[in-house]
Amino acid sequence: MTDKPERDAVTGVDTTGHEWDGVKELDNPLPRWWLYIFYASIAAAVIYWVLMPAWPLLNSYTPGVLGFSDRRNVAAEIESLEGARAPMFERLASASSADLARDPELQQFARAAGESVFGDYCRTCHGAGGAGAPGYPVLADDVWIWGGSLAEIEHTLRVGVRADHPDTRMSQMPAFGRDNLLSRDQIGDVTEYVISVSAARRRIEPNAAAAARGAIVYGEQCAVCHGASGAGDRNVGAPSLQDDLWLYGGSREEIRRQVELGRSGVMPSWERRFDAGTLRALAYYVHQMGGGEADLPPAPAEPAPPAAPAPE
Amino acid sequence: MAARGLTETGDEALVILAILIAGMFLVLFGAGSVEGPFATQMWTMFVAFLLGAAGIVGQLARAPQSGKLSRYENGVVKAGVVASMFWGVAGLLVGLIIALQLAFPNLFYFPEAGWTNFGRLRPLHTSAVIFAFGGNVLIATSFYVVQRTCRARLAGGLWPWFVFWGYQLFIVLAGTGYLMGITQSREYAEPPWYTDLWLTLVWVVYLLVFLGTIWKRQEKHIYVANWFYLAFIVTIAMLHIVNNLAIPVTLTSSFSYSLFAGVQDALTQWWYGHNAVGFFLTAGFLAIMYYFIPKQADRPVYSYRLSIIHFWALIFLYIWAGPHHLHYTALPQWAQTLGATFSIMLWMPSWGGMINGLMTLSGAWDKLRTDPVLRMLVVSVAFYGMSTFEGPVMSIRAVNSLSHYTDWTIGHVHSGALGWVGFVSFGALYCLVPWLWKKQRLYSNALVEWHFWLATIGIVLYITSMWVAGVMQGLMWRAYNDFGFLEYSFVESVEAMHPYYIIRALGGGLYLLGALVMAYNLWRTARADAPAHERAGDHPVAAASAAAE
Repeated sequence: MTDKPERDAVTGVDTTGHEWDGVKELDNPLPRWWLYIFYASIAAAVIYWVLMPAWPLLNSYTPGVLGFSDRRNVAAEIESLEGARAPMFERLASASSADLARDPELQQFARAAGESVFGDYCRTCHGAGGAGAPGYPVLADDVWIWGGSLAEIEHTLRVGVRADHPDTRMSQMPAFGRDNLLSRDQIGDVTEYVISVSAARRRIEPNAAAAARGAIVYGEQCAVCHGASGAGDRNVGAPSLQDDLWLYGGSREEIRRQVELGRSGVMPSWERRFDAGTLRALAYYVHQMGGGEADLPPAPAEPAPPAAPAPE
Repeated sequence: MAARGLTETGDEALVILAILIAGMFLVLFGAGSVEGPFATQMWTMFVAFLLGAAGIVGQLARAPQSGKLSRYENGVVKAGVVASMFWGVAGLLVGLIIALQLAFPNLFYFPEAGWTNFGRLRPLHTSAVIFAFGGNVLIATSFYVVQRTCRARLAGGLWPWFVFWGYQLFIVLAGTGYLMGITQSREYAEPPWYTDLWLTLVWVVYLLVFLGTIWKRQEKHIYVANWFYLAFIVTIAMLHIVNNLAIPVTLTSSFSYSLFAGVQDALTQWWYGHNAVGFFLTAGFLAIMYYFIPKQADRPVYSYRLSIIHFWALIFLYIWAGPHHLHYTALPQWAQTLGATFSIMLWMPSWGGMINGLMTLSGAWDKLRTDPVLRMLVVSVAFYGMSTFEGPVMSIRAVNSLSHYTDWTIGHVHSGALGWVGFVSFGALYCLVPWLWKKQRLYSNALVEWHFWLATIGIVLYITSMWVAGVMQGLMWRAYNDFGFLEYSFVESVEAMHPYYIIRALGGGLYLLGALVMAYNLWRTARADAPAHERAGDHPVAAASAAAE
């Protein structure tokens, strides 16, 4: 409790004379460099306040002598970007497949735009490069549930699959087991039959007797959509059963579970989200991933996918 | 009510008992709620109040101790040291788990349970390390330091124990609530309205205990550490109350609506959030620094004048800096300007504490070679200097446009949290355990060396990986191709983070390992494994003898 300053032997500086539980304080001045940088940072702040929007007033704020405004800058940047892209998007929206096929500049633009949109909206489910995932179709191969031409892909993007669009692509695989449409044995039989008609029979040995029984069930329940030979039907979105590609897995158990549960996924309709040019770019990007098909000249069965939709 | 209880008459036990009994009645109203997790929380409170009441009755039945005013209240500080170590290890463990979840998302992921989802564990980690570990360290050290530097026994009789156990109840309510999905979705202020109310009561008592002790001090001046502790306690009370202003949907539900809306709500939240950093994690721990570094180095504090100037500059400037968390958002640009410029002006006031901490070592630098505890304290100040330079840099709008929303922010926070807050707390606990349990020294200085190096390497791995990851994220997100489309999708930037997340988890794992070594060392110190020793003159000045001096 002394209040008398004493000289610190090590530094030669006086203490303040205070002491708490043995802790004393030296009476060093403020370090000059510290003080000057502190002053400089205050000066920098004041200069910044003069230049930029800074202090609130009653109904507005001090705008700063530079007249800088984030909101104006962002609006101007977006406008200039949209202005720069607009001609290309318009060209893309009005281009036919044939136009696109002979215009490398337009292809490059469509790929860039499509890749960007795909990355942010599609890749999470369909995977990088359209590699697919259980329940989410592979886009990079040449197997298509609803059709793989540029126009068909674009239509699927517009209306979605089992989405809230009035013209959405709609199909429904029944849950034969869960809804008691078939018995356990029948489901087992039809699973063996499906394996026997598909390329999976090279991996899995089907039970011949069960497959024979399953053929009858298949004819009654499945053939109407998947076709008598299991070739599938794109008009109703029924996948081919002849290949060895399975949306919900290709083991015997996984095939059986799909007959039992009839799972079917949803793809959103993107028509309201993207303009015509962006949809075309996305369709082009998906089309050129690996399995895009040529446009069918007079699309006979397809319910009118617009070949060149007008810009919205 | 509390003021009367803060006298030394022993009546405070009856007041606390009355609060606990009233609390039991109140929470029973909520215990029948149809909202299961809410009912569970009410029962938790009921049981806690019941145990507290039983403890008080036991205390009343015991014979009154004579002459306790001539001794410091050490029991509650000891309890705080144990709680700090416990919550510290728990919080770091949860941090390691969520770091691993970020690298390997399927880890501990049970969609049907939800308890271990990242979204629930993340606030559990932040609250456990900041409020459970940091808070207990602050309460324990403040109770220790204020007694010694005021030469007076802690005010309030049993009230400090009410603060201690009340604070533990707050932690348990908050933590178990997060796991059950109860949150009000305000970062670092996730606990719901009833938990907030309980903390408010506990915190006001804490303030009164602290003020009461300063009031009856036997020293003429108030030591700088106590200014910082007081700034921390007062400001946290203000921030906590304003940020949590909300109307419960009903009194039997955990849901509530904030009193603010839209961008005002966001600004209130970050006014709170940034000053939780400023006053909880900075002012409070600077108080620890101001006592434990001069004590352990056995040297006078470098500059009294610097401590005054940087204290007031820090207090005045910090409170304005919150808007820098909302750069380039709906927040008006003028508010962003103020947030950024006040953060720049804050640089030197922050460094004032660093200078005072480091320069206190002048004439004692050689001790760093032989005293790993002092080294830990000094390195903490170096990390403090580093992160209080990084902070103002990141608050500049142009820098922030790159760093915001990236892992750079996470790295910045952890250089402050692991380096500054963690190390200064560890240093203080290493000092306190031998002092409180009356031992000559720690059980093992070699184990402190191990802790120091494990933790230091852990921090370096953590912050360097997050710097690289954060800058990379920022650059990937702003990369455009020739047509003005984004070069990378978001998920590509997530994939790119994978190796850095693994390095970060490794760093966090080393830091946790160091803390476990520390817990073992402290345990062996407190048990009879270190020679007994009592600090000389470690008792309050009796009022009479002080008058005679």
